[in-house]
Amino acid sequence: MYADWPLLSLVIWTPIIGGILVLFAGDKEPSGARKIALVVSIVTFLLSIPLYSQFNTDTHLVQFVERHSWIPAFNIEYFIGIDGISMPLILLTSFTTVIVVISAWEVIQYRASQYFAAFLIMEGFMIGTFSALDSILFYIFFEAMLIPMFLVIGIWGGANRIYATLKFFLYTFIGSVLMLVALIYMYNKSDGSFAIFDFHHLPLSMTEQILIFLAFLVAFAVKVPMWPVHTWLPDAHVEAPTGGSVILAAIMLKIGGYGFLRFSLPITPDASAELDWLIITMSLTAVVYIGFVALVQQDMKKLIAYSSIAHMGFVTLGFFIVFRIMDVDDAQGSALALEGGMVQMVSHGFISGAMFLCVGVMYDRMHSRQIADYGGVANTMPVFAAFMVFFAMANAGLPGTSGFVGEFMVILASFKASFWIAFLAALTLILGAAYTLWMVKRVVYGGIGNDNVKALTDINKREVLFLSLLAIAVLVLGLWPDPLVNVMHATIDNLLNHITLSKI
Amino acid sequence: MESIYLAIPLASLLGAVLAGFFGKQIGRAGSHWVTILGVGTSFVLSLLVLKDVAIDDAPIYNQALYTWMVSDGIRFEVGFLIDSLTALMMVVVTGVSLMVHIYTIGYMHDDPGYQRFFSYISLFTFSMLMLVMSNNFLQLFFGWEAVGLVSYLLIGFWFTRDTAIYANLKAFLVNRVGDFGFLLGIAVVLMYTGSLDYYEVFDRADRMLFATTQVIPGVDWTVITLACILLFVGAMGKSAQVPLHVWLPDSMEGPTPISALIHAATMVTAGIFMVARMSPLFELSETALSVVIVIGATTAFFMGLIGIVQNDIKRVVAYSTLSQLGYMTVALGASAYSAAIFHLMTHAFFKALLFLAAGSVIIAMHHEQDIRKMGGLKKYMPITYWVSLIGSLALIGFPGFAGYFSKDAIIIATKNATVPGAGYAYAMVLMGVFVTAFYSFRMFFLVFHGEERMDKHTKEHLHETAPVVTFPLIMLAIPSVIIGWLTIETVLFGGYFDSAIFILNEHGAMAAVADAFHGPLNFVLHALYPGPAYLAFAGVGAAWYIYLKKPSIAEQAKAKFGFIYNLLDNKYYFDRFNEIVFASASRGIGNVLWRLGDALMIDGLVVNGSARLVGWVSGIVRHVQTGYLNHYAFAMITGLILLLGWAVLG
Repeated sequence: MYADWPLLSLVIWTPIIGGILVLFAGDKEPSGARKIALVVSIVTFLLSIPLYSQFNTDTHLVQFVERHSWIPAFNIEYFIGIDGISMPLILLTSFTTVIVVISAWEVIQYRASQYFAAFLIMEGFMIGTFSALDSILFYIFFEAMLIPMFLVIGIWGGANRIYATLKFFLYTFIGSVLMLVALIYMYNKSDGSFAIFDFHHLPLSMTEQILIFLAFLVAFAVKVPMWPVHTWLPDAHVEAPTGGSVILAAIMLKIGGYGFLRFSLPITPDASAELDWLIITMSLTAVVYIGFVALVQQDMKKLIAYSSIAHMGFVTLGFFIVFRIMDVDDAQGSALALEGGMVQMVSHGFISGAMFLCVGVMYDRMHSRQIADYGGVANTMPVFAAFMVFFAMANAGLPGTSGFVGEFMVILASFKASFWIAFLAALTLILGAAYTLWMVKRVVYGGIGNDNVKALTDINKREVLFLSLLAIAVLVLGLWPDPLVNVMHATIDNLLNHITLSKI
Repeated sequence: MESIYLAIPLASLLGAVLAGFFGKQIGRAGSHWVTILGVGTSFVLSLLVLKDVAIDDAPIYNQALYTWMVSDGIRFEVGFLIDSLTALMMVVVTGVSLMVHIYTIGYMHDDPGYQRFFSYISLFTFSMLMLVMSNNFLQLFFGWEAVGLVSYLLIGFWFTRDTAIYANLKAFLVNRVGDFGFLLGIAVVLMYTGSLDYYEVFDRADRMLFATTQVIPGVDWTVITLACILLFVGAMGKSAQVPLHVWLPDSMEGPTPISALIHAATMVTAGIFMVARMSPLFELSETALSVVIVIGATTAFFMGLIGIVQNDIKRVVAYSTLSQLGYMTVALGASAYSAAIFHLMTHAFFKALLFLAAGSVIIAMHHEQDIRKMGGLKKYMPITYWVSLIGSLALIGFPGFAGYFSKDAIIIATKNATVPGAGYAYAMVLMGVFVTAFYSFRMFFLVFHGEERMDKHTKEHLHETAPVVTFPLIMLAIPSVIIGWLTIETVLFGGYFDSAIFILNEHGAMAAVADAFHGPLNFVLHALYPGPAYLAFAGVGAAWYIYLKKPSIAEQAKAKFGFIYNLLDNKYYFDRFNEIVFASASRGIGNVLWRLGDALMIDGLVVNGSARLVGWVSGIVRHVQTGYLNHYAFAMITGLILLLGWAVLG
């Protein structure tokens, strides 16, 4: 029955239009806006399910394609479609948005309709970014989603929100401007096409590739974020409201990782191979250096933000270790590395989202994010404590949770490239457990720390609901990742074939 | 049979889920009934499997349950391998677990976290079963970390105690150091054999044997050696071998039933099991075996020594566990894998017994654990007394008791081992026999004999513990006496493990033991010849003389050998070393990287620095825009002159 529907467009535009409706609903009747928002987010999620269930896993060709001319003067098209690397991220987005709406339910009272609208509109832009196959369309979505996030942090954020928003905006904006230059350069080279797949097949000299690669690198490294352009993230997280942090960590960071796979690797394969050492070094620095930094954080959100950076290090490591593996005789392990990076992105979406929600649950009650203000939360919030420990274990990469899968795949694959790379990457086993569980020890366990902790009430049904949804996702993906990995095979294999061919 | 295999772990899991999620609804009694039924089912079915394997010679079962993931053409599966080794482990795990479940009804009677506790120990049983039943490295690692998780939760069970939550974090992190090596080991295996399935890996082991790699540039390593040593690092963490042993004594912060189940009988032996399972790999690397035997021997002797100066009843038993795990490791290094597993089995029974008996004493003493405040408990607690005596005799290897058979087999095997380090190991295990007997009976005498040193209030309330506590003790005491007699011939010499354990012909340690063996009775009588048994007698005698006959000697010795006493009392300063070098240094590095790297360099200099630079430049440039017409006119004219001059002269 869906065959003729522009399903992908529906998934993009339903939340955007729904968001505008929510805006119009206003705040006169307090529960009106959030009810519409919930319906819209659930409808969007349901609409996105056929993208998975109807997905053909046998082909690397893009599916659910819609292609219309948009700005003929520059040959810019409304060209969208999905393959094995974008589809899982779209589902992650539509799922996470539902969670965010539920989590904000009673918590956001100030300008609630605008808050919900911002998240719905942002959802549409993010899905658009993952679906766009025209680079200008991609660029527009890529930039547009910054606006609602900017507002979310700027309006509902903490005390130091102006500094954080500016830093966030400038960083991501400067990065993307360079990308635009690269896109326009390739537009000229390709005789007037902005289609991403045309760029994939565009012959480019090494110098051109390196410059384009660096332009993309700046744009995507800021998003991921990779060390050393990561310092905006802890600030943004600390100031953002819970929902903002969840979307930022769960989805926005993934756009950087996605960009590497969609643009950098296939467009500039030779430059990627040439500069793989740079990315690998930055990734390992993220894992080790940031791991140590996370250890000493006093603010829970900062700690989780740093842990995000460390976990995203595995994504970029997986993507670029491939070039090292390909140098080894039989090259087995390349697909493992790429798919590992992808799994890590999806898993991190669930886990970091859940961790930020856990902090949010406590923040709503105590209005503090400082570890020192807590202690013995398990005494007064036993149900919550069980969730928190579970997600902390997932964050520490415990097998059986999704956090294990991607790291496991990337570590196994890196070993093929070099013992020492695998060694440094595997340090996360120790560091990740150290910073996460040390925080748990100080926050959740112990005797009741103070009167505020004593007065805490355990989570209500709504909070149980969204934490359970995430817990189930984390567990299912950890116990049976095949359904996720399976959809990527064709796309990843094609990508690997593509990048082994030199463009020079 | 297939559905039985599946039912064994799932029965325990079901109990755990019911008690964990519906503890409130089904109540306290409901929780212990569902979990006991679950684990009981697992136990009975495991016995069935053992009978099938041991008596009916069932063929080896090796099947995937489901495909976890396929990536890069590598199948990652979850599945079962049921052979003689697995079947034995399943019975030991579920049997001890069942006893501990029953015992817990009494021990945790008044605890508010009753349901949670039952849920955890059933979950543990499930995880441990998945670990031993696995047919591949992936699931092994799953089980490996899952038991670590439950251990973490149970050590920190009383989470309001600072010592408990310190101990559980420490246990998890130290185990993670081991797992770090283990995971890299798995990576080596996967990358050189292209599979994680045990049998496929064993078939392709020669690919690792004939390959070399350079971990440190310029030094060639055989891949198999690298793989085995990395895997063994994992075993060192889980089975608490020096220097990764530091977590086990602290784990005694957990309730006693789990000390018996997890930190004595089952989980800590996972490393021993794993190495035995990997015998087709370890056999190929002399170097790795040598590392194994030296580490094991060091643990066996030096950790036993610490047991002598401990005063906490549970910690004495904990150090004895460390030492006995060392014995098992020595056996592995000597290629006497079957002896290691045999000792694992006998140890599971008598050590669980000793821990549970210690728990019984602790209940009677109103949670006093200091043996200096006990004494003369024999007349108040006769059942506990007798089972403790049986457990202690089994532990020290008193001829005829379970531990005698297994430990003596290890000692003979070590004597005949040929790997480098075997001589050192032989000396250590021999001296260890004396030490074991000495600390075991020091504790035994201090607790049950001699002067009654407890306060008056405690003394008035002293009585034997409830039947729900003593029943499991008796049930565990029986195998502690007879299991050696009954099984040594089958397990060690009857070819029971032939299909599960692989030994190269030139590693003849076990063959030498077999040559010396002429039936269990003869094996016991063998003790009359000069040998380890006399060392055990001497240890008991020394303990009797020093702690019962002439207690002043102990004090004098403490004063005279103050240096050694301090060394032992501080556990060779391992904890302090770790605290300073690893814990503090990590926090220090973290702080430096954060304050200097992130805050000062990146944010301070680069980010805010560029912002300030822009501000500074614009501040200067701003002065140009004064707003006075004459300034602008002057600048224009100057510029014009310069341009003209350049045009004319240039």
